[in-house]
Amino acid sequence: MALLQISEPGQSPDPHTRRVAVGIDLGTTHSLVAAVRNGVAECLPDDRGRAILPSAVRYLEGGRRAIGADALAAQADDPLNTVVSVKRLMGRALAEVAGHAKLPYRFLDRPGMVAIETRDGVKTPVEVSAEILAALRQRAEDSFDADEIFGAVITVPAYFDDAQRQATKDAARLAGLNVLRLINEPTAAAVAYGLDNASEGLYAVYDLGGGTFDISLLRLTQGVFEVVATGGDAALGGDDFDSRLAEWALAAVARAADSAHDRRAVLVAARAAKEALTGAGDTTLSCQLATGPLSVGVTRAQFEALTKPLVDKTLVLVKRVLRDARLTRDDVQGVVLVGGSTRMPAVRSAVGELFGRPPLTNLNPDEVVAVGAAIQANQLAGNAADGEILLLDVIPLSLGIETMGGLVERIVERNSTIPTAKAQDFTTYQDGQTALALHVVQGERDLVADCRSLARFELRGIPPMVAGAARIRVTFEVDADGLLKVSAREVNSGVEAAITVKPSYGLADDDIARMLREGFARADDDAAVRALREARVDADRMVLATRSALAADGDLLSQTEHRAIDALMLDTQRIAQGDDHRAIDAAVKALAAGTEAFAAARMNRGIRQALAGRSVEEI
Amino acid sequence: MKLDDNDFVLFGLPERFAIDRADLDARWRRLQASAHPDRFAADGAAAQRLAMQWSVRINEAYRRLREPLARGAYLCELRGAPIAAHSNTAMPGDFLMQQMAWREALDDADSDADLAVLDVEVRAAEADLLAQLAALLDDQSTPALAAERVRALMFIQRFRAALAERIDALQD
Repeated sequence: MALLQISEPGQSPDPHTRRVAVGIDLGTTHSLVAAVRNGVAECLPDDRGRAILPSAVRYLEGGRRAIGADALAAQADDPLNTVVSVKRLMGRALAEVAGHAKLPYRFLDRPGMVAIETRDGVKTPVEVSAEILAALRQRAEDSFDADEIFGAVITVPAYFDDAQRQATKDAARLAGLNVLRLINEPTAAAVAYGLDNASEGLYAVYDLGGGTFDISLLRLTQGVFEVVATGGDAALGGDDFDSRLAEWALAAVARAADSAHDRRAVLVAARAAKEALTGAGDTTLSCQLATGPLSVGVTRAQFEALTKPLVDKTLVLVKRVLRDARLTRDDVQGVVLVGGSTRMPAVRSAVGELFGRPPLTNLNPDEVVAVGAAIQANQLAGNAADGEILLLDVIPLSLGIETMGGLVERIVERNSTIPTAKAQDFTTYQDGQTALALHVVQGERDLVADCRSLARFELRGIPPMVAGAARIRVTFEVDADGLLKVSAREVNSGVEAAITVKPSYGLADDDIARMLREGFARADDDAAVRALREARVDADRMVLATRSALAADGDLLSQTEHRAIDALMLDTQRIAQGDDHRAIDAAVKALAAGTEAFAAARMNRGIRQALAGRSVEEI
Repeated sequence: MKLDDNDFVLFGLPERFAIDRADLDARWRRLQASAHPDRFAADGAAAQRLAMQWSVRINEAYRRLREPLARGAYLCELRGAPIAAHSNTAMPGDFLMQQMAWREALDDADSDADLAVLDVEVRAAEADLLAQLAALLDDQSTPALAAERVRALMFIQRFRAALAERIDALQD
């Protein structure tokens, strides 16, 4: 068939027969990158064999930075310029960061998202996260000896709201990563477990990380991972156990930690003591403070009594999610523990008791999320056998709009499967009203003041009518990454307005473009080189996709249609050899436009085939 | 297959109220397996957009077919008896009396046991109405009467939400 021979002689038709796609667990305390190699998903170690990269960034003199273990080691000595647990700041204003007064940073309270002043200038949490992601990207490129990673799946806590997801995606783009998908951490863990144990049925994933807690219920059926319900607390994790222990220890000997150094030092010591208590019945919390050495003995029983309220908080959330899903603990076939904090014996026994069965712990709780993300990345990149797994995730929090009197009209309910879209009609309340202000909020409470504000926009140019005559249809669309787009349309006149819900403080596309230009992610090359490389990768991607579509469903096309698409592909390939990135972009666009009808026909065939052999008559 | 085909056509099911939930779930998973954007992640923006539209449509239909109340309302509409919940609020007197009695019982309830008793009663009333709805739609083909049952069920659904909130508040 002609379409198999369209490449130029002497050139491989498939320069990247296998695309390198990675899964990244961007965690509060540590981050990992994993990929499928030789059919096995595994975490990629650094050049010293360490898989875990501590999520710590230290800004040094002269614009240099240290990332990971080196930064972590300096956190007490250089607390103002060493950012740890930055995930807790993602998409948050200062007032929303619990316990920020105890954190040793010079915060800048900017509208929307807080920033930190360092010796290298003001850094947003998005930029700090991008440093971590860029380090992991570099590690992956080195591991595969590749100069370009095809794409990445980044995990986020299931309970992250729209603002936090958007901030995470921005950070990935800033780090020069092509985001294939944001997926929820518990879902990623379930993928790793499900494939490992070949399980079917209902599973609970209890994920207690460094800074976040998630509980998800998933149903596994023949490779489909369906999230039934999810809940959690985006500000509850191992860090809280550390700070309770630290405060207790200081109080026990009537000491105080006032300076940034002392606060950091006592937290580091508390974390070490907590970890020691996982294996031992007692230990000593010790560190050096400005006023002299601190040394406090602590038993596991004391530690557990101290932190019981935190564990209990997670149990309440677990029960609530079960009720939400109208399920009981007996419906659950297995409980999976994820996150380093689930190593604590008190957590394990509390979870086991609640579900009436011992939790599964046969995979490394630190690595399981990254491994699951890598499996999904491999599949999204088109490397895996078709249809191996499918993730059907949900939105964690309801989305709505402000109505009269500061009340919330919910439009998309929490635990709706994504992608989803829902429309609701509103009207004007004054005669001659020509504009309508829309305020988009996220949360479960009835009052706007108790929910999180996501965005405000206006629909203008409504023709004057009597109150109540206009019909304004507001549509919420949540994509497969869990990100929201809202549009409004006056039905009679056709006047429209739309907004992609970028949190008001979020980085605008222009900001990201500027930062990329400034060489944030790749100090070594200039904008033109980068634009050309991106255009070529796009062209390559599009040609490959078209070719595999033709191979699968070419029979849907007439000869003329087939030839037209072949010609567009050849054009794209030819132009991609050149150096004009604009011309390449234009060719890719033309190819996309020229294959649109074909794509629609393929989709139609796929959907028909899905239910083939399951027709009405057979039931 | 078109995006604006009705939910039953999309899922290859007969237009009936009675539904086999396990079969519906299986159909939903199969449809998503063929249309979800993840299946087209490497295929460019146009394919992604198309997949998103279909995937959204499949989820919308699934949500409606899955919930008995939504399914009943949808069938009434398909058969020419729209629910018109906003304009048509007339309910039989004895039904409204019962609603008021329940509201009072909810206000007076101050223990798990009180709420559980109420919960059982409301569930039974709901099950009874759903059985009537099934008969009116599938056996007697009387959509206007069926729409009345749907409106009654909407009252009960709102009441159950209030009841669930109280139960939640006591259990946390």
